Amino acid sequence: MVKDPNKSAEPIEDTDYEVRSLHSMCVNESEHHEGVGGKLKYALVGLLFGIVFVKSEVVSWFRIQEMFRLQSFHMYGVIGTAVVVGAISIFLIKRFNIKTIKGEVIEFQDKTFNKGQIIGGLMFGIGWAITGACPGPLFAQLGTGAFAILATIISAIAGTWVYGYMRDRLPH
Amino acid sequence: MIEFIRQPWHWSVAGVLIGLTVPALLILGNKSFGISANLRHICAACLPANIPFFKYDWKKEAWNLFFIGGVVIGGFIAAQFLSDPNDVQISPALAASLGQQGITDLSNMVPNQLFNWSTLFSLKGFFFFVAGGFLVGFGTRYAGGCTSGHAISGLANLQWPSLVATICFMVGGFISANLIVPFLLGL
Repeated sequence: MVKDPNKSAEPIEDTDYEVRSLHSMCVNESEHHEGVGGKLKYALVGLLFGIVFVKSEVVSWFRIQEMFRLQSFHMYGVIGTAVVVGAISIFLIKRFNIKTIKGEVIEFQDKTFNKGQIIGGLMFGIGWAITGACPGPLFAQLGTGAFAILATIISAIAGTWVYGYMRDRLPH
Repeated sequence: MIEFIRQPWHWSVAGVLIGLTVPALLILGNKSFGISANLRHICAACLPANIPFFKYDWKKEAWNLFFIGGVVIGGFIAAQFLSDPNDVQISPALAASLGQQGITDLSNMVPNQLFNWSTLFSLKGFFFFVAGGFLVGFGTRYAGGCTSGHAISGLANLQWPSLVATICFMVGGFISANLIVPFLLGL
C-alpha cells in the first residue's frame, strides 16, 4: 500500500482481544441488553472467583515468588488445570454448539500475532513478579484488606493510560 | 463444612474452578474472560482525554467492572470468614532466602513488611508499588491481555499468539523474581 505523506500514520489495527466492542462490530455484541440486574450475575461469578483466588493462595505474593524461582508446583498446577478445564469446556461448547442462556450463539475470535505480545508480555512478566499479582489478584488482595495495594492498582491504571497515549509510537 | 473450606485449597480444586470461569462467562452472556481490560475501561470512563484507544463505549463492557467488583467482595469474604489462621505454607528455600532479606512475616497474602503505607513513600515502595503496577498495566495492554485473557482463555482456545504472550510473561517473571526482586528487596 502506498502511504499518503499528507496523512498521519495509519491507525494500528486493534490488538486488544479483551474488549469486544472494538474488534467485533455487531459480531459478538450481545443483542440482549442487560441492565444492572442482569449484570449482577457477573458480580456473583467474580465473587466466587475472588474466594477461589484467596483460598488457593493464587493472590499470594509468596506463591508467585515460589513459581518463578521453581520452588513449588502449586501455581503451575493451578494454571495448568485451569487451561485444561477451559480447553475441554471450549471444545464441548464448539462440538455441541452450546448457546448462551439467552439462546445466542457463542462466538470466538482468533487472535493475531503482533510484537506487543513479546515486548508487552515481558514487561508484564517483570511487573507480575515484583507486585506478586496479575490484574485479577490485585483486586482480590485489596478485598482481603491490604489497602496499600490501591496504590499498585492506581499505578496499573496509569500504565494502561500511558500505553494508550503512546500507542501509535510503539512497535506492534 | 466451614472448617473444611477454611483450609488452604489444593491447586487442582482452584484450577478446576478457575477453568470453569471460562465457560461460565461464555454461557452466561457470550463474554470472554479477561480481567486486565478493566484497567482500560476505567481509563475510558475516567480520563479518555481524546485518546483514540480510550474512545469506545465502555458501558458495553461494564459487565467486566461488575465482575471485578465481585472479586473484591470475594476477597473480603474469604479473608473475613473463611481464612485459615495459620501462616502461608511456603517452600523452606523461599522462606530462607526471603528471611535473609528481612521478609519474615508470612501471615498475610502479601508480605506485611513490604506492602504497607510507610514503605509506599520510600524508594523501595516506588519500585514495588509504582513501577511494578505501571509495568502490569502497560504490559498487559501492550500484550493485549493478561494471565486470564492470554494464559487461560487464549491457551484454552488454542491461540498460538497467546502461547507467545504466556511464554513472555513467564520469561519476564523468571528474570524479575530471580534478579530484580532480590535486588529491590535489598534497597
